[in-house]
Amino acid sequence: MIIDHPLLGPRDSAEFTYMGDARLIERPSPDSPDAAAAFYDYAYLRDNPAGWHRELWFHEAGDRSWLVVTRNTVTHEISKVEFASDVARAKGRSK
Amino acid sequence: MTQKNRITGGQIDRNTTCKFTFDGRTYAGHAGDTLASALLANGVRLMGRSFKYHRPRGPMTAGSDEPNALVHLRSGARTEPNTRATTTELFDGLTATSQNRLGSLSFDLLAVNDRLSTFLTAGFYYKTFMWPAAFWEKVYEPIIRRAAGLGALSFEDDPDVYDKGFLHCDLLIIGAGPAGLMAALTAARSGAEVILADEDFRMGGRLNSETYAIDDAAGADWAAALVSELANMPNVRLLPRTTVIGAFDHGIYGALERVSDHVATPDAGKPRQILWRIYTQKTILAAGAIERPIAFNNNDRPGIMTASALRSYANRFGVAVGQRTAIFTNNDDGHRTAADLHAKGVKVIVIDPRADAPRARDYEVLAGAQVVDTMGRLGLTFAKVCLADGTERIIECGALGTSGGWNPNVHLTCHQRGRPSWNETLAAFVPDGLPAGMTVAGAAKGDMSTAGALAGGAQAAHSALDLKGRMLAMPKAEDAPVNITPFWYVEGASRAWVDQQNDVTVKDVKLSHQEGFRSVEHLKRYTTLGMGTDQGKTANIGGLAIMAELAGKTIPEVGTTMFRPPYTPVAIGAFGGRHRGQDFHPKRLTPSHKWAEEQGAVFVEVGNWMRAQWFPREGETTWRESVDREVLATRNSVGVCDVTTLGKADVQGADAAAFLNLIYCNGFAKLPVGKARYGLMLREDGIAMDDGTAARMAHDHFVVTTTTANALSVYRHMEFVRQCLVPDLDVQLISTTESWAQYAVAGPNARRVLEKIVDQDISNAAFPFMACANITVCGGLRARLFRISFSGELAFEIAVPTAYGDALIRRIMAAGAEFDITPYGTEALGVMRIEKGHATGNELNGTTTAANLGMGRMVSDKKDSIGSVLSRREGLNRADDLRAVGVKPVDPTQPVPAGAHLMISDGPVNAAHDQGYVTSACYSPNLGHHIALAFLKNGDDRIGETMRLVSPLTDVDVQVEICSAHFIDPKGERLRA
Amino acid sequence: MHDLIPTPALGVATQTIGTITIAENAGVALASVAARNGQTDICADVLKSILGAVPDVGKAVLHDPEAGFWMAAGQWMIGAPMDTHEDLADLLKAKLGDAASVTEQSGGWVVFDVTGAAMPDLCEILCNVPIRKMAAGDVQRTVIHQLGCFVIRRAADDHIRILGPRASAGSLLHALITAATAVA
Repeated sequence: MIIDHPLLGPRDSAEFTYMGDARLIERPSPDSPDAAAAFYDYAYLRDNPAGWHRELWFHEAGDRSWLVVTRNTVTHEISKVEFASDVARAKGRSK
Repeated sequence: MTQKNRITGGQIDRNTTCKFTFDGRTYAGHAGDTLASALLANGVRLMGRSFKYHRPRGPMTAGSDEPNALVHLRSGARTEPNTRATTTELFDGLTATSQNRLGSLSFDLLAVNDRLSTFLTAGFYYKTFMWPAAFWEKVYEPIIRRAAGLGALSFEDDPDVYDKGFLHCDLLIIGAGPAGLMAALTAARSGAEVILADEDFRMGGRLNSETYAIDDAAGADWAAALVSELANMPNVRLLPRTTVIGAFDHGIYGALERVSDHVATPDAGKPRQILWRIYTQKTILAAGAIERPIAFNNNDRPGIMTASALRSYANRFGVAVGQRTAIFTNNDDGHRTAADLHAKGVKVIVIDPRADAPRARDYEVLAGAQVVDTMGRLGLTFAKVCLADGTERIIECGALGTSGGWNPNVHLTCHQRGRPSWNETLAAFVPDGLPAGMTVAGAAKGDMSTAGALAGGAQAAHSALDLKGRMLAMPKAEDAPVNITPFWYVEGASRAWVDQQNDVTVKDVKLSHQEGFRSVEHLKRYTTLGMGTDQGKTANIGGLAIMAELAGKTIPEVGTTMFRPPYTPVAIGAFGGRHRGQDFHPKRLTPSHKWAEEQGAVFVEVGNWMRAQWFPREGETTWRESVDREVLATRNSVGVCDVTTLGKADVQGADAAAFLNLIYCNGFAKLPVGKARYGLMLREDGIAMDDGTAARMAHDHFVVTTTTANALSVYRHMEFVRQCLVPDLDVQLISTTESWAQYAVAGPNARRVLEKIVDQDISNAAFPFMACANITVCGGLRARLFRISFSGELAFEIAVPTAYGDALIRRIMAAGAEFDITPYGTEALGVMRIEKGHATGNELNGTTTAANLGMGRMVSDKKDSIGSVLSRREGLNRADDLRAVGVKPVDPTQPVPAGAHLMISDGPVNAAHDQGYVTSACYSPNLGHHIALAFLKNGDDRIGETMRLVSPLTDVDVQVEICSAHFIDPKGERLRA
Repeated sequence: MHDLIPTPALGVATQTIGTITIAENAGVALASVAARNGQTDICADVLKSILGAVPDVGKAVLHDPEAGFWMAAGQWMIGAPMDTHEDLADLLKAKLGDAASVTEQSGGWVVFDVTGAAMPDLCEILCNVPIRKMAAGDVQRTVIHQLGCFVIRRAADDHIRILGPRASAGSLLHALITAATAVA
């Protein structure tokens, strides 16, 4: 597969390390009253869709950036590639 | 050595003679021959024995779709089994032998299987050899394995090397026939970067095998001229002898280039083959079409082949397979073969089941007739024909060409879930649902005429590259329509081969249907139709057609099986490339490696690192002697060990401390500058991930270490936390593992040694336990010093830029000479850390928590850290949880092996009563007996208990005493000295 | 002045195989610069004053005596002659202050200069960089024989500089030599 890196352009997926569901960005707050349940969900429960999936790829043999790649797990079509840090900020993860 | 079947013409080089041997006999052929064409020229039709029935077989094709003519090529370690004689380029000195026979090729003892064919039909494995069960492994399987099969491996190391490479282009064209060549010319003239790949050693495709003209030149000459024009264009890369084996995602193609297969041995250092990964924007598949046979009784005798193969042998290779030749065809293309052969002086007769078969002036055409059987023990001698009026006629012939029509070569169009669709006019599947960026041209698309292929190729390139200019002028070429009446097998045929490689007959397909294996995928698995080296290229469609007829369905309703890469077989060596033997993976050498070699160190691979395992001295006969000495010397005076391999990262920035607070379960925010601290990282599920130290070199700069094994994954995790969880913390990470040479200097005399090297005061007051600093050594070289201890002794780790690592180890050894400083390796390191009760990978094994490790109280509840929430959940905090303990044998002579399990002394020994397990064990030269670290249920409260340590698999059953994991200096006085 | 003598990663003589010359270059001091949060502009100004320009994405600035290339967003590798700039990291830190995190990298890398007419052929069987499309000053991080490396297209058309992990210098050189032999 080819991942179109936001800065470096098309790069072979072999340069990347895969980590699965991009929901891992949405780490729960440890201070919330239901933190234990939320972390259980966060650590163990993942969707495994046949179809579009947002997932985390690490550009190990590149600029060492984590990317959120929107990929169709059936066709391998990739519709969007974003820096995970941008996604994290958009999710309110700025300090 | 006469080439009795050699006729005039063709593209062989008659001035270059190649001598070769087949089954020990020497023959001669010419450059430009294949092994098959050269053997046929010499009158050799018999080239192999079939898979199951050991029937005599000869080539059925003249290309890579060959099911039968598989040979052992070359000899000794270079022997390659299952090599298709039809694609093997002849070279001087080639040796080949036939395979899958017992005895000689012409007298194969296993040919008895053919007599037993009634019992050996499809599925016979499953039915026949069921009982008694014990017989399967001992009797049936060895016999079947001996009798059935293809070639055999040499079991020697492959002496050849293989490369893997990467190519980038705008347009990849697969196939250099008329369509591919026109596409290449169109694209090349536009300036695009073009790769043209063809599996053949001579580009031109079918043009090399045909007699028709393009413009005023012979097709083959036109192709040759175009190929040389393309070869001179800088933006074109021609890859002959290169098979595109797979179409992968997003314009990535795999291609195997046979660089040296056409020479006896590759030049020194040159690869035999290169496996290319080609990245392309667009692709044109111009892979042509494959002629399919017709099934009739005994249609597998040597001399029976596809009509187009006969045409190739005659036109391209100058070989008449038989002086008398019959052609059995259901379409007009078969008549071309007849005409070409006739023109070459071969006596020809055509059998065409169509009542309206075209007539010919110069030879006999039997319209409405069918070949119903053949004769000839080791090769075809007669064909029995049923004439239109029902009478039979025996025809003498040495060759019989069959033509059941042409199948577009859709293989690569299907590698990305594409499914071909049925075309009634062609009676064949044509491409449908192409991989993104691919177009198909020429016969592969179903354009069966030369003119159609030329125009289609040019048009495909024009569209693929979105060219605006005018199309190139098309050369004049034949433009005959396809005229075919589908005809798959002769009525009543049963011992008629559908898949010759796997010995699948019409009867087997019927049996499969009768027994309910009717889906194509079931048909394939039940009969093995379409398996093997040729993957049914000539066979599948016939099997489908018969199944369709039996099931009362149309062929498209039955469908095709999946086409998967590789298109043709690829040697495993090509996938391995250079990564084999010593080069399987790169080696990482520590800065002291050269010095350690000089000391005679024994090395061990840790990850890719080569670490000194121990340093044997003269007179030491076992590793234990060396290791015991190293441990005692370190604990009694001073030792030195290269610890460069520990993962190291610089963590910098205003928020560096806050970042470490998040990734470690224990606190780092208040760690003063100049101090280091042990840190434990948890996974988010609360399980321990890795440990190490973080040293605060400045308020905004930490040096973090990880275990050697986890350096990469921990760094990745740290980047994940930084970028994905806290993207706006001011923290920068960079790995510095290889930038610093780092040595542990440990033992009561460690300070005395380092005082001679370090420029600063390192007294206990000035540089206490867990101190760290940027310092200088040897009069001004920048260095880092950490007072950390893995051994439990007074110890320092000293780091200098890697280039000075060699000099520093020598300086440390010189400075320590008066204390008999002893270098120690990973074994002694391991012994000392077990004696001290330090955890490592054996204990941080992916199942253990901080609490299990006895570090439960380290998990701070005053701050958030990765894994802290889930580390507190009930399931990880039970009363009888595992705790790290020490284990020593009651009888001090007994070992306490790792992996053994702890049981209650007087209780049952079984998994249900398992109390825990030993993770690390060693002999302690300081204590004089074996010791071990273990996890034990409720271990903290069981110190002093006597237990059984068992390992039923290795006959271990030892009485042990549970003790503290800190065997040496439990109060930590030594390391604070 | 200290009296320790540095050793090069390999200390091997330049080798010529066919048209290709492979030379270990032990004379390069390296330091990485990573901009602190919100300090990218200051960082860029300093780099510009040193290099004449800030290396853009995937590019190097082949300036003399200092040179630099882009590693990641807000991160660059700076190089200079070892003879004169062994303390490159300290020099950079002095200029950058709190605007950037600076890390000495000299010890982490082995540097090979590969030149010759067959250099592109060598690259093709060595690593996945589009070597024939690269122009002078193009840089790509890639994998050579499983090792993470930087490949820098230098000013001469037939010249690449490869930075690879120093600890694996021997394996990397072996890969370069086998590839050079294969295309010779």
